[in-house]
This record gives sequence, C-alpha cells and structure tokens, in this order.
Amino acid sequence: MADPLHQFVIEPIVPFEIGGMDLSFTNSSLWMMIGVVVSTGFISMAMGKKSLVPGRMQAFVEIFYEMVAGMVRSNIGPEGRRYFPFIFTLFVIVMMGNLLGLIPYSFTYTSHIIVTAALALMVFGMVLLLAIAKHGIHFLAHFAPPGVPWFVYPLLVPIEIVSYMARPITHGLRLFANMMAGHIMLKVFAGFSVAMAGAGALGFVAGIIPMLVNSGLIAFELLIALLQAYVFAILACIYLKDTVDMDH
Amino acid sequence: MEVEAIKLLAAAIALTPIIGVGIGLGIIFGAYNMAVGRNPNATDVLEKKFWLTFAFVEMFGLVAIVAWALLYFTG
Repeated sequence: MADPLHQFVIEPIVPFEIGGMDLSFTNSSLWMMIGVVVSTGFISMAMGKKSLVPGRMQAFVEIFYEMVAGMVRSNIGPEGRRYFPFIFTLFVIVMMGNLLGLIPYSFTYTSHIIVTAALALMVFGMVLLLAIAKHGIHFLAHFAPPGVPWFVYPLLVPIEIVSYMARPITHGLRLFANMMAGHIMLKVFAGFSVAMAGAGALGFVAGIIPMLVNSGLIAFELLIALLQAYVFAILACIYLKDTVDMDH
Repeated sequence: MEVEAIKLLAAAIALTPIIGVGIGLGIIFGAYNMAVGRNPNATDVLEKKFWLTFAFVEMFGLVAIVAWALLYFTG
C-alpha cells in the first residue's frame, strides 16, 4: 500500500536560514499565502461595487459576514463587537486551510498540529491576558463557581483549573485530528483503487468502487472542512465570553 | 513476538475508542430527532447545537484514527 502519510511532509521551496533557524519558504507557507490571497481577493472583488441592492457575489459575502457577526453577537454579547475582526480572521484562515486541502495535489496547512496549536494558543493567550487585564486578581474567582457547598471546593477548583488548561489542547487537537484523519482516509481509499487496478482484469474494473467511495468521502470532507472552521470560531467566541462577563 | 506483530496489534487496539464514538453519535442523533419530532419549531434553535456536539464527539473517533495511522505506517 502506498504511504498515506507522505502527503503531510513539509518541503522547502525556497531554502532560507538565519543563524541556524530554518525560515525557508515551504509548501505550507505557499498554501497559506494562497489562502490569504484567495480570500482577500474574493471578498474585495465581491464588495467592489458596494451597490445598495447586492448582486450575487456581494450577497454571498454579506450573508457570510452577517453569519459570523451574529455568532459573535449572540455568544459574546454587544460589547463583543471589538473581537469581531479577530474571530472573522480565525474563521476565514481555518476555512481556507481546510478547503484548499481538498484540491488535488495541494497541501492542507491545518493538518499540522503546529499550525492548529499555534492558533489555539493564540486564542488561549489572548483570553487569559484579557481576563487578567480586565478583572485583575478577581479573575481567579472564575475557578470557584458560586452555589456550591463549601466542602466541594477543594475538589472542584483543581478540576476547574485543569479543564481550563486543557482548553487550548482540545481546541487545536480537534481541528488537527479532523483534517489529518480525513486526508489519511482519502489517501487510503485511493491506494485501494491503485492496488486493485494492478490485480488483473476484474480488479481493473472493480477498482471503480474505491473511487466512488472516495467521491463520497470528499463530499463528507467538504462538510467537515466547513463545520470544523465554524466549530473553531464558535469555541473562540465562547472562550472570549468568559472574559467579557463576570457575574461571579 | 516480533516487533512487527506488536506494532500491528497496537495499531488495531488503537481503534477501540470508536465503539464509544458510535454510541455517542447514536445518542446525539437520536436526541436531536426526538426533540425535533416533539417540537418541529425547535429546528432553528437545535440545528446549530447539533452540529456543534457532533463535531465534539467525532473528534475522539478521529484522534483514534490518527493514532492508528501513526502506529501502522511509521516505526
């Protein structure tokens, strides 16, 4: 069977090194740049005319903007508007990473734990610093929810702290596992098709079956790509909500 | 036993959490269907939460698949 893990190898396109640190322009960087250029170009081009009655492309971008704005508004509240550019950028960059990986011969940059962990740690760091800046030492009251009998607190507070620390891990791991497993499945079924084609005349004809299953898997991967981008963004909103309101 | 056999066995055992994922997905789909069946007006409210919980439960199944792939295809 061909190696399905070969698609995740990062290859430098333009080698570049500063003082022992490898800063080369890799295929991952290339697809990140393609994602930025495609999303920025599409949104700028669609909103270019700025007509009051939107055409098709402008309506599409406006609906997308309103969906993310509604998500921020309903999850963080009215003073969450200042976090909207951050959440919108997160959504678009994760969505572009997931969607561009479905193009044949491309590279999914969100299928690497370092990329998703960096994004999740950025969200976690921002939430932590904002909470400390806003509430000061009272931020620690977050780990001791009210309405609990006093003897439960020594058990509850460590659990709350551990589950708070586990947030960036699960946040990044979810996206990484979804993308990596999806692409491994695609390559495994493609490998089946190639292996069957080499196994005689009947194998050559029956080799269409793994290809049909692969088509279904790509449709499923499209749904998962959009869904995981939405889940990443809405979880970032939920984590930000804890800094905005502190009724306890 | 040789290392090769243990590696394949470990790769197979890494897939057992999918049992729990299957049960969890069945519970989620069943709960959504029952809730929408009793109250079709609740479709807008429940639809987003449904996809959200589906993503959460699916994560553990996919972590199991990643563990399988890492054990099966590498050292």
